[in-house]
Amino acid sequence: MRRALFDSLQAARAAKRPVAVVTRLTDGAQALIDEAGAEGDAVPEAVVAAARQALRDDAARVVEHAGERWFLHPHNPPLRLIIVGAVHIAQGLAAMAPLLGFAVTVIDPRRFFATSERFPTVTLDDRWPDEAMAALAPDRRSAVVTLTHDPKLDDPALDAALRTEAFYIGALGSRRTHAARLARLAALGHAPETLARIRGPVGLAIEAVTAPEIALAILAEIVAVRRGAALVARAPAEAAA
Amino acid sequence: MTEETEDVLAIAGRWVAEGETVALATVVETWGSSPRPPGSRLAITASGRLAGSVSGGCIEGAVAEAARAVMASGRPQLLTFGVTNERAWEVGLACGGTVTVFVEKLA
Repeated sequence: MRRALFDSLQAARAAKRPVAVVTRLTDGAQALIDEAGAEGDAVPEAVVAAARQALRDDAARVVEHAGERWFLHPHNPPLRLIIVGAVHIAQGLAAMAPLLGFAVTVIDPRRFFATSERFPTVTLDDRWPDEAMAALAPDRRSAVVTLTHDPKLDDPALDAALRTEAFYIGALGSRRTHAARLARLAALGHAPETLARIRGPVGLAIEAVTAPEIALAILAEIVAVRRGAALVARAPAEAAA
Repeated sequence: MTEETEDVLAIAGRWVAEGETVALATVVETWGSSPRPPGSRLAITASGRLAGSVSGGCIEGAVAEAARAVMASGRPQLLTFGVTNERAWEVGLACGGTVTVFVEKLA
């Protein structure tokens, strides 16, 4: 890879701008493709279109065009994990999630909890969850987890999350707490199939006890949902329960 | 899709800034069981530093050897390792899969 192209790639990654590296495997001809344009060597239009599709699919692949093979290598911004509640479980999530490729933001307007001493490595957002969620705008590469147990904080976050394409929405709380929560969110106008997107009780059933174990269960569930693992596929009846 | 615990490109960039000669190896295709998905990267310097991976450790040695030739010539190489390739037995792709790796100089 030429240095100029490498620098452009790194600049795009630093700016969290999706960009694909396209390489002709026969000779190493190379270009950067984003939604708006291209930089580098000439690339056939069909390959440019395929690179943009690879970006949307977030999947690296080889395509053949006019007898030549091209490698399409998308570089999307990091996955995001948005946590509501700067509680002990959030500390475990903040420590583990970056290893799995997530950039972590912790929302908590309670300054007593949300200190950089407790969360040295994450972005802290001390706005109220409705305001913070509107600003953060979770997308289909985002996971949202509420941990406060306080409906004043959790409910507005979940209400907002359900109006986004977030690929994972989880809410800490017992089955009873969760049922009450679903009733409140239904009163806000969310349909049962929308509410079924919320994973609650949150996390895979690994009999987690300590805060880091619960964080592990939550992250395992997030990975399982993202990768389409069979163990998290739920029957509609169960999801609606 | 290939979130990494280490930012291989950032490390490669630092090495270049330090004056190292650097090659990048990238998994472009896999068949059967193979430990690292397409897009996985290994950065190698002429002085022998490594970051990232293109397999579970089975083929890194052979890729590093090819990378030395790529760094010397400046010409990229496309390498294939797998059970149909005698070379694979030598370097031991024990998982039984096949993997294609593109090796290029960062110039």
